[in-house]
Amino acid sequence: MIQKIRESKTAQIFTLMFPGGFWMVLFFFIPLLLIGVISFVDGNTGQFTLDGYAQSFDPLYLNIFAESVWIALLSTIISLLIAYPLSLWMARLPKKWRTAAMFLVMIPFWTNFLVRTYALQFLMRSSGPINTVLMSFGLIQEPLQMLNTPEAVMIGLVYGNLPFMILPIYTSLEKFDWTMIEAANDLGANAGSAFRKVMLPLTAPGVLAGSILTFVPAIGSYVTADLMGGGKATMIGRVIAGQFEQAQNWTFGSAMSLLLMIIVTAFALVYFRVGRGERTTL
Amino acid sequence: MPNDNAVELNDVVKMFGDVAAVDHVSMAIKNKEFFSMLGPSGCGKTTTLRMIAGFEQPTSGQILLHGSDMVGTPSFRRNVNTVFQSYALFPHMTVEDNVGFGLEMKHISKEEIKKRVADALELVRLPQMAKRYPKQMSGGQQQRVALARALVNKPQVLLLDEPLGALDLKLRKEMQIELKTMQREVGITFIYVTHDQEEALTMSDRICVMSKGKALQIGTPIEIYERPNCQFVADFIGETNFLQGKVSAVNGDYATVLVEDRPFIGRKGTGASITPGMDAVLSVRPEKIQLYDEGKADTSKPNTYPVLISTVAYVGSDTRVLINLGKQHIDVWDENNFSTLDPNFYYRAGEKAWLGFPPDNALVLVN
Repeated sequence: MIQKIRESKTAQIFTLMFPGGFWMVLFFFIPLLLIGVISFVDGNTGQFTLDGYAQSFDPLYLNIFAESVWIALLSTIISLLIAYPLSLWMARLPKKWRTAAMFLVMIPFWTNFLVRTYALQFLMRSSGPINTVLMSFGLIQEPLQMLNTPEAVMIGLVYGNLPFMILPIYTSLEKFDWTMIEAANDLGANAGSAFRKVMLPLTAPGVLAGSILTFVPAIGSYVTADLMGGGKATMIGRVIAGQFEQAQNWTFGSAMSLLLMIIVTAFALVYFRVGRGERTTL
Repeated sequence: MPNDNAVELNDVVKMFGDVAAVDHVSMAIKNKEFFSMLGPSGCGKTTTLRMIAGFEQPTSGQILLHGSDMVGTPSFRRNVNTVFQSYALFPHMTVEDNVGFGLEMKHISKEEIKKRVADALELVRLPQMAKRYPKQMSGGQQQRVALARALVNKPQVLLLDEPLGALDLKLRKEMQIELKTMQREVGITFIYVTHDQEEALTMSDRICVMSKGKALQIGTPIEIYERPNCQFVADFIGETNFLQGKVSAVNGDYATVLVEDRPFIGRKGTGASITPGMDAVLSVRPEKIQLYDEGKADTSKPNTYPVLISTVAYVGSDTRVLINLGKQHIDVWDENNFSTLDPNFYYRAGEKAWLGFPPDNALVLVN
């Protein structure tokens, strides 16, 4: 048996893949398969049905899909605009300060996401510290309505996902060879051109990874949409959760889950295709 | 004013914290010259080069490029280009795009760029490599791409920071000759930084020997080798014997040094003034000393004394003989300009012999 494994290339590959493959199948493939099956089965009759998908294509839900994509995209772009300069600044710090800065970025990770969102909610509510301070200085007469707005959801999403954007971008910037910038300057590129032509393409892998890591949780988020947006901002994650919990319509919920997954995969594919064109053979 | 200097440094100082990396350095590099800055690591040669490139600004002093003051001008506005030690090729661009980068930044038309890139790749003998990526090439090829990328811009001055450091010995020797040929061909001033004295001697029109941030001596390879102006230069360039002694007399261009109670006459070094009574060294290169068999030396000539052969090493082109003069050792390279298999033809340890050399072969140096 052992001898056979040694001799056969296929057997070798299979043996090597087995441990990882086993967990992949158990934790990812089987649940996904279940969702897929449920989405085609009527919960009451047990018959095959396409109702879940038909319902998903109702303009009402298509709108929610579209809006979720938009919100997730916007939060990704905002996160990127914050994370890149911040990571750049961090990567240029002296070594010991760099570690400290990284530590500060990581600290929120040690707190439960839900707790962090509640904290944000507390800060922003009508009687919260922000309004209290602004009012005590006389800057505003009445508390600002910050919670339960689309902006609040955006703030929540950016706040929650920012570290996922910072980490990969920082990693690629820390590895970045600054001689490249000198070489670009030497060849007549000013700071802007050097950034556009050399630095950005060379750190694109970090930007790509960070964007995916931010976009995916954002599009499926429902805790943030719920706590920060109240009932006002409806995101697809919220709707899916509702179908599984209150509405008990697992068929519809599963169908929307799969559609969401297809949307995310499509975005990721397009994104990586575009990204590969830019960074060629790294 | 008419100025034949490509680059001029006037009393340039560069401080990093409390440390003077470059310490009051002045030099004038002539147009179309192959000029080397030579010294051990940390001597300030790379910092000097980086100030000419514009990557560092001098703490004080003046840097002129063809007569105009460059201090404060950012590197992207200077008409100089650099070949980096690590090559610093852009890994995400093809060879063609790497070489064309500088022209693209100058907004030169696409057709013109294509033509000049092709010419540049022809010059470095890599015409078929245009579509490759740097990672798909050997170190030597990358080095040529870096050279093409700089030369294609027709800079007033090309700066080279130990460009051959990463290549193996054979390739390095080839590239030395090729670089020198290329420099004559394109007629561009080259400023070349190296710690390899042989490389500097082979390629340069003139050399600046640096140590601890100071420019010790600037001269042609012959001047630097034959007339070093201080002990550091004499020691750093080639091999030399330092015989410790005291100056006993000074006579015109020559000085007499008492070494182990024997008066030796040598040419006065130009670095510092020499007066009788000073501690000095007599610097004499091993190949400039003659050994004579017992009784065959002309004892009427200066610097001719009996010595004892200590060790002998036959190395083919010459025989390296270590001799004792009192408590001091002298290395002598005796050229094997004959052919024999007879071992008795060479000096042997323990034998008596005479050494001799004309005063012009030795330099008297004081610190």
